[in-house]
Amino acid sequence: MHRVFFPDFPWKTLQNNLHNGPRPGPYFKRITQLPLSLLSTTISCSFPANSSFVFVHLSCYFISYQVKNPTSLFSLKTMSYVSSNRKPLLSRKATNDGHAENCPYFDGWKAYDKDPFHPTQNPSGVIQMGLAEHQLCFDLVQEWLVSNPEASICTKEGVDKFRDIALFQDYHGLPAFRNAVAKFMGRVRGDKVEFDPDRIVMSGGATGAHEMITFCLADPGDAFLVPTPYYAGFDRDLCWRTEARLLPVVCHSSNNFKVTRKALEEAYAKAVEANISVKGLLLTNPSNPLGTILDRDTLREAMSFINEKNIHLICDEIYAATVFRQPDFISIAEIIEEDQEYNRNLVHIIYSLSKDMGFPGFRVGIVYSYNDAVVECGRKMSSFGLVSSQTQYLIASMLSDDQFIGKFLLESAGRLATRHNDFTDGLRQVGIKCLNGNAGLFLWMDLRGLLMESTVEAETALWRVIINDVKLNVSPGSSFHCSEPGWFRVCIANMNEETTKVALARIREFVLRNGNKPNRKEKCWQSDLRLRLSFRRIDDVLRSPCIMSPHSPIPQSPLVRTRT
Amino acid sequence: MRLLLSGKAKCNSHGQDSSYFLGLQAYEKNPYDQTRNPQGIIQMGLAENQLSLDLVESWLSENQDVAGFKSDGESIFRELALFQDYHGLPAFKKALVQFMAEIRGNKVSFDPKKIVLTAGATSANETLVFCLAKAGDTILIPTPYYPGFDRDLKWRTGAEIVPIHCTSSNDFKITARALQQAYQEAQNCNLKVKGVLVTNPSNPLGTTMTRAELDLLMDFIVEKQIHLVCDEIYSGTVFGSPNYTSIVEVLSKYEKAEVWDRVHVVYSLSKDLGLPGFRVGAIYTNNGSIIAAATKMSSFGLVSSQTQYFLSMLLSDKKFTRNYISENKKRLEKRHASLISGLQNAGISCLKSNAGLFSWVDMRHLLSSSTFEAEMELWEKIVYDVKLNISPGSSCHCSEPGWFRVCFANMAEETLEIAIRRIKAFVDV
Repeated sequence: MHRVFFPDFPWKTLQNNLHNGPRPGPYFKRITQLPLSLLSTTISCSFPANSSFVFVHLSCYFISYQVKNPTSLFSLKTMSYVSSNRKPLLSRKATNDGHAENCPYFDGWKAYDKDPFHPTQNPSGVIQMGLAEHQLCFDLVQEWLVSNPEASICTKEGVDKFRDIALFQDYHGLPAFRNAVAKFMGRVRGDKVEFDPDRIVMSGGATGAHEMITFCLADPGDAFLVPTPYYAGFDRDLCWRTEARLLPVVCHSSNNFKVTRKALEEAYAKAVEANISVKGLLLTNPSNPLGTILDRDTLREAMSFINEKNIHLICDEIYAATVFRQPDFISIAEIIEEDQEYNRNLVHIIYSLSKDMGFPGFRVGIVYSYNDAVVECGRKMSSFGLVSSQTQYLIASMLSDDQFIGKFLLESAGRLATRHNDFTDGLRQVGIKCLNGNAGLFLWMDLRGLLMESTVEAETALWRVIINDVKLNVSPGSSFHCSEPGWFRVCIANMNEETTKVALARIREFVLRNGNKPNRKEKCWQSDLRLRLSFRRIDDVLRSPCIMSPHSPIPQSPLVRTRT
Repeated sequence: MRLLLSGKAKCNSHGQDSSYFLGLQAYEKNPYDQTRNPQGIIQMGLAENQLSLDLVESWLSENQDVAGFKSDGESIFRELALFQDYHGLPAFKKALVQFMAEIRGNKVSFDPKKIVLTAGATSANETLVFCLAKAGDTILIPTPYYPGFDRDLKWRTGAEIVPIHCTSSNDFKITARALQQAYQEAQNCNLKVKGVLVTNPSNPLGTTMTRAELDLLMDFIVEKQIHLVCDEIYSGTVFGSPNYTSIVEVLSKYEKAEVWDRVHVVYSLSKDLGLPGFRVGAIYTNNGSIIAAATKMSSFGLVSSQTQYFLSMLLSDKKFTRNYISENKKRLEKRHASLISGLQNAGISCLKSNAGLFSWVDMRHLLSSSTFEAEMELWEKIVYDVKLNISPGSSCHCSEPGWFRVCFANMAEETLEIAIRRIKAFVDV
């Protein structure tokens, strides 16, 4: 989805355009009743790659409105922020949409917030399937904690370390922590490669790691190529405060979303033509949202591509230990060793314990760079997001326990495989296919067959039905910048077995109810479909008790007052 | 290879080539140890509070449930491990704001909804600047100031710092004239001033601001329609009179005014509680837009949920906090008194101070000439010959040579005595 910002936009013009545009009706009337003085005159619009519609946002009234042929309505100019009468007192970063949380896909969160599933207290509530969390192995960790009280500096067994650890704020990190993380990273990759603890730089989760590596590699305006579909958080992490940008490398289902050399070259050429300086390529391997791993050829092509163009390669390997089935995971760390001609100074790995271990709350992010200058700079920058020494100490202890880690990795893969099979089997029984994946905490589900037409609009409409009628909060492919409508990411590792069964039963029931009618237009859920206009005053946004994770691809859902 | 990195990676705005950091490096190479390296360099350049950690350790021994990730006997490990909400653990925020109020004698109260948690004050300060300023905008800061600000406020944000010059002639207090001059200087350089940032109690001075100074600052920011950031990280280290006045007290009379939205407080548990390793910082503001933006930005440096939980338990224990605040104050006062009298014995005076973990020491009479070169010469002698890592005033952007920041709360009492003996020996020669 491209984000284009428009200049101060005369209110009357907007009224006229909406009135004369393709969808007149009750919505614009309501808009006109609002006094002009209450509105900021900044308008930003966003439209996906295929530009079939645009969402219009007014910065203090949140309006989702689909307008076709946007280029005929607006001309592209750079954004400026001016409040109605006052001096601009905050930075643009504080007030723009760079945090990427104002995209219109908050209905899912709203629905979940208002009506969360609970097996006994609310069995017909919305099931959360939009959060990529690994909740399947806490019993193992808890058992370990009970047997290893000295790993916590707060227990009587560990308290003699309390003072030293509490005072330890060296940005190099606890040596034991770095050693343990380096060893763990090697273990996860089947000990086919070794990691140097001195190249490990801490950060505030992978979120902090991505921002930090971008600050090290790119100046404002520089770009990174990223294959689609990709984790929506990257828009914020790599672009918001760094002012870098992301350029899509479009991948297609026709070849299972493989990242081809052709697509890389095309994206690069487009950038060059537009006079955009490309600083690097960002790969997520295993992929979020696809749940697949990159094969050796693709990784080699990527290495050869970046070497040829002399740009960086950032490999986000945050899901490395979630590979639950053959083929084996291949890390970029292996590829680097294959050819002495590769310029190692261009390669950087992002890692975290949030997915592999299931510890997002502990904010353990890692930047592993083969480039000494990046390690040096990154270390200094890590001051802005060091890992709590209390947590470093605990993690150092846990990850050094070879026996425990061996058991954990095996069990985790086994449980993920079982959960994956449960879902894919259940879906297959009702004719729903998923991309063939062997990693990650989610499925990439193919619902193209249920779309009325192959448009993002139709995907959004189907998504709303899945949330409100089937009562599952899944993530639509467009939120991952997927170029083809109809794909959905469904998280499967953040719930217990009973909930899994309930979710599958609901999907089955929905599909069977709608069946495969010859005439698509007759699908019964489509009869009542219309756009919803949501109003949200900025002070409601600020006061609403958002309780959900900020790290999922779908933004926090504030309370929205819909008026239909 | 450096050609392929960003401008930020190549420049040295991180400020780590300054003497402040060089001194730390010298210490790393030859650190004092009572038994293993009694001739080593004594660390007096790190503002850490090591005096009261035993109080926290005792609390832990009496509250073992917290230790085992248990609440009411039930394991809450899973909930904590999964908790990554950037709004922070509600119990922790509540306990934190109550602690902040207690430090201020409960003369003010704080709303947990107005606090944003960050990875240390380092991150809080940077985040605020990201919210208030764009690249090229300026923040005015009174000198001398904490050397880390050069990195925290300027490096990745691209903002500039213009100093508000304070001098020993009036004990380094901020004057209206100095404020106006700084503002004018920024204008002359075509720099847009977005705000003033002060540290109160001051680092490196160890003094608390008078009510008059605070009022002056408020008048100034009202006049210029700019922001005021008050870094109150040392608010819990006030050990003597005059009493501490937080900006929050002053702000209460501006509740209906426009400026209400433009005053922001930075806090941390690194100095008061002596827990710098835990990376607990906070931004407190009435400005809803900043709360919203800073909360989202805190994604880049959240506080570990494990740490939030432990601290929520610790700080909710009012018996503990009451005792800690008063005991900590006593110990700081005693330690401060030891250093001051020791230095006096060596004919060295200090700026009169009532807070902080350090003294602002006047060594102007020991300079060969009243220049910064002479100050550097003296500093090198003190670090490498006298073997004390202290921080030269120039690293704090002091406009007068000859002042040094000497920390006293980060070592055992015996070590301080040795340090004082070394200074006496140096001066007597």
